[in-house]
Amino acid sequence: MAVLEVLNARKAFGENEVLKDISFSVDKGEVVAVIGPSGSGKSTLLRCCTILERLDAGCIRYSEDTLVETSADGSALYADKTTMKRIRRRFGLVFQSFNLFPHLSVMDNLTEAPIHVAGVDKEAAKKKAVELLAKMGLSDKANAYPFELSGGQQQRVAIARAMALDPEILFFDEPTSALDPELTGEILKVMRELAQEHMTMVVVTHEMSFARNVADRVIFMDKGVIVEQGDPRDVIDHPENERTKLFLQKISEK
Amino acid sequence: MDGFLAWLQDFGSLFGQLAEGFGTTVLIFLLTLVFALPLGMPLALGRMSKCVWIRKPVEILLLIVRGTPLMLQIIFVYFGPYFLFGIPLSGYRFPATIIAFSINYACYFAEIYRGGLESIPVGQHEAAQVLGFSKKQTFFRIVLPQVCKRILPPMSNEVITLIKDTALAQTVAVMELFRVANAAANARTSLMPIVLAGVFYLFGSFVITRVFNFAERKLGYYR
Ligand SMILES: Nc1ncnc2c1ncn2[C@@H]1O[C@H](COP(=O)(O)OP(=O)(O)OP(=O)(O)O)[C@@H](O)[C@H]1O
Ligand SMILES: [Mg+2]
Repeated sequence: MAVLEVLNARKAFGENEVLKDISFSVDKGEVVAVIGPSGSGKSTLLRCCTILERLDAGCIRYSEDTLVETSADGSALYADKTTMKRIRRRFGLVFQSFNLFPHLSVMDNLTEAPIHVAGVDKEAAKKKAVELLAKMGLSDKANAYPFELSGGQQQRVAIARAMALDPEILFFDEPTSALDPELTGEILKVMRELAQEHMTMVVVTHEMSFARNVADRVIFMDKGVIVEQGDPRDVIDHPENERTKLFLQKISEK
Repeated sequence: MDGFLAWLQDFGSLFGQLAEGFGTTVLIFLLTLVFALPLGMPLALGRMSKCVWIRKPVEILLLIVRGTPLMLQIIFVYFGPYFLFGIPLSGYRFPATIIAFSINYACYFAEIYRGGLESIPVGQHEAAQVLGFSKKQTFFRIVLPQVCKRILPPMSNEVITLIKDTALAQTVAVMELFRVANAAANARTSLMPIVLAGVFYLFGSFVITRVFNFAERKLGYYR
């Protein structure tokens, strides 16, 4: 069964149509890489899925919960508050710029939402945080503050924070783009491990090797539409569409 | 010897008068903070509101209050009720002073709060929203603590200005430190009371500075 289903999603900023009739779905345990040139709407798509932006029309479903559907008059109809709250717990989002809370220790960054949003008791939240930090190789950093960590470490804390509420699906928006090149490896390694554990993930990325070697499926977006999608080895190594070919050529020249 | 004793006695009584005046000064100072510190926040939020019907009136209020002298506002608040409604003014000096000071300082604080609120990156709000925090939780748990740290330096300036501004309460004959000192200086034709008053103000500013330094150290655990 699909964890996430997006149907005929449309979104415009004023005159600028950023998403034009986007449809795709993500199955449980699947890793989907989203690639495409700058301005093609990748971030906007993730932001609509994570309710940071609202669709103009279309449907987004998380398992049996409907976040938004098109009403009879063609406009987007969003779920009520309780459903929305439940849906927020179904996903996690990792930002390009980490967005850790600077005034909270690493431990508090991980437990703040479980305790105050989900009502998990303190001890259980801490236990979970300790497990996640161990998994991220950051066991010794529980009491550190974000400013004391390297970019790579901050991003790993951010991944742990996104996982603290046991989401069914994790979104990543260029998780390595804000990092020095020598630090991207540690993040990709963590994400590869998550993939091996069958964490469902949607990853916007410019790391073609990650898309090729880790993703189960690649979606190529350009100018607000999905141009091509499929097995990474087909899409990346033998693209059929001219736009895909052009994009991949440009990327490999860098 | 007798002369010295007489001088000491005189100095003692002068010091007593000034200390009493300083008490009133401190009271104006503290009461203004008690009202203005919280009142500044709704004004800041109103100033940032998307709704024109909230934002515009707040903008106009800020413009008027920040664009006219505090002395004028004190006089306006003090005499306003009498001229507008014919209400007599007995016992209204001190409350009028506190009202004028509170509104005036709330407006200055509001602009500092707004600067602080706007300096928090959008990413902080978005991260909190994605994690499921309500608007209220985001404000109190994520945004406000960071704002407090960022606004400490401008707040410290403003609060030190406040202790000195209390001298304006003499406009409506409140017996605060400066009015007491000035009266004593005239009575004695001596500068001594003025110098002593200066020492009191300096002491006040010193304590405020220490408090803010302490707060900055307290919040210095993160960047
Ligand atoms: N809040 C906004 N208001 C107006 N226009 C926006 C907004 N956010 C994005 N856009 C526009 O939407 C288009 C798509 O932006 P988006 O950030 O989704 O692209 P992207 O594929 O993520 O690009 P990149 O690879 O550079 O991150 C761009 O033309 C951008 O200018
Ligand atoms: Mg983007």
